[in-house]
Amino acid sequence: MTGAQPLEPLAQAGMRGARYAAWRFVLQRASAAVLALFVVVHLATIIYAVRHALSAQAIVARMHANVFWPAFYALFVVAVAVHAPLGLRAVADEWLGLRGRATDAALAVIALVLLGGGLYAVASLAG
Amino acid sequence: MNDSSTLARAASADTMRRNDLRARGHAGFLAFVAHRVSGIVLALFLPLHFFALSQALSDPRALDGFLEWTRRPAVKFAETMLVLALAVHLAGGVRLLFVEFVGWRAEWQKTAIAMVAGTSLACALLFALNA
Amino acid sequence: MATPVEDPPLPHAPAGERSGVEPTFPVRIWRGSAGGAFQQFDVPRRASQTVLDVVTHVQRHLDPTLAYRYACRVGMCGSCAMSVNGKARWTCRTHVDAVATGATLEIAPLSNLPIVRDLVVDMAPFFDKWAAARGQFKPTATRHDEFAKVSPSSPARRAIDATIECIGCGVCYASCDVVGWKPDYLGPAALNRAWTLVNDVRDGEGVARLRAVAAEGGCQSCHTHQSCTRSCPKHLSPTASIAGLKRLVAQALVKGKL
Repeated sequence: MTGAQPLEPLAQAGMRGARYAAWRFVLQRASAAVLALFVVVHLATIIYAVRHALSAQAIVARMHANVFWPAFYALFVVAVAVHAPLGLRAVADEWLGLRGRATDAALAVIALVLLGGGLYAVASLAG
Repeated sequence: MNDSSTLARAASADTMRRNDLRARGHAGFLAFVAHRVSGIVLALFLPLHFFALSQALSDPRALDGFLEWTRRPAVKFAETMLVLALAVHLAGGVRLLFVEFVGWRAEWQKTAIAMVAGTSLACALLFALNA
Repeated sequence: MATPVEDPPLPHAPAGERSGVEPTFPVRIWRGSAGGAFQQFDVPRRASQTVLDVVTHVQRHLDPTLAYRYACRVGMCGSCAMSVNGKARWTCRTHVDAVATGATLEIAPLSNLPIVRDLVVDMAPFFDKWAAARGQFKPTATRHDEFAKVSPSSPARRAIDATIECIGCGVCYASCDVVGWKPDYLGPAALNRAWTLVNDVRDGEGVARLRAVAAEGGCQSCHTHQSCTRSCPKHLSPTASIAGLKRLVAQALVKGKL
């Protein structure tokens, strides 16, 4: 290196560019913050239900009693559908050597599967 | 021009050595492994969870049958492991959010990791002992 | 980049001229390029011996074909960085007594960099990434301007104090597993330097540097292993610097300034 001219930064086009990468990061951390709160609530309700040996009817009745629960779980599912594929993207890249457009497309499919499956489960819960 | 493919070629596996476990035996790395493995476990579990819930919730008798099945010891153990994975991933994630957005203090790092481990274990035990 | 040399046939290492006079201990040293192997030498054990002393003894008295780098030999330049029993260290600052706790001492070239020959690695990718992270100061003042006045106690200058001592030895880069797993990851040293410059109020690179460290392979790829922070011989914390960059990038993005 003669140092005469600074080298060009990595040529980053498209999905590898700064804004896309930064949005992936921000969405990952934002969904993480949402999930931190939601998971605490979820764990608390699980432990509560287990301690009180709630029956099916009891659980479903409590879930139906308030529009809060379906709304809560719907938001939960959305946050998971954002967070999990972004996390898996790093695993695929670093441990499986899978990177690029095909991998990103597969992860988008996983996101949609989680979203669809999760919202369907929430709809079943809401009756 | 130094684009990413040039750097990637320069860094291809057959021209260099990689680290082994000797470089990885420290708290920060172990915390990372716990966070990543718990994340993978949860990601694999969730589709099953959504499927089982949607089946069981569409019919209260199916839900009762499902809850009955979950009372078996092997299932209770698996559930405890899942709760542990969830707690590890949550607590570890909160630690990372703190490091990245609140601040870094070198002397706090090992304490933070210890707290993550302790909180996760407490949560899993709370579930296991009540279940 | 230098072409790696063909792996030489491994000769039987001749005994040192002092064998039978001083106690010796076995040392395994990497020979050849990436496809090479460890070769064992019996090296005299001496008081206050450093790993660099061991390598130098081998090259001067046992096998003159051994290739290695060093310069100051007093812990200032970072040229002697190698992998000692699996961990990247400055060999001039590593006492044999401190690391040879087991049966043998294993000396290898730094990880994550192409091996030229024996203990010598090609540092070009390391410095290419330094440049790719825009790790150069971009001046804004001219000779006609006043000197910049930067208060030593200002938060930005204190942030710089914690990071500026980096001498580019490559130990952190060799210690980072993400560098090993993801070839385009810029790595701890380059990102640490970018953070140092981002905090420099005189620097004029601005958002171009943030874009350079925010792209794929940038600061977001750090998973806070802290292997870099643990191994840095200058006790710097690239983990903290990279966390700072993550914060700045996120802020710039949501404000529409990236």
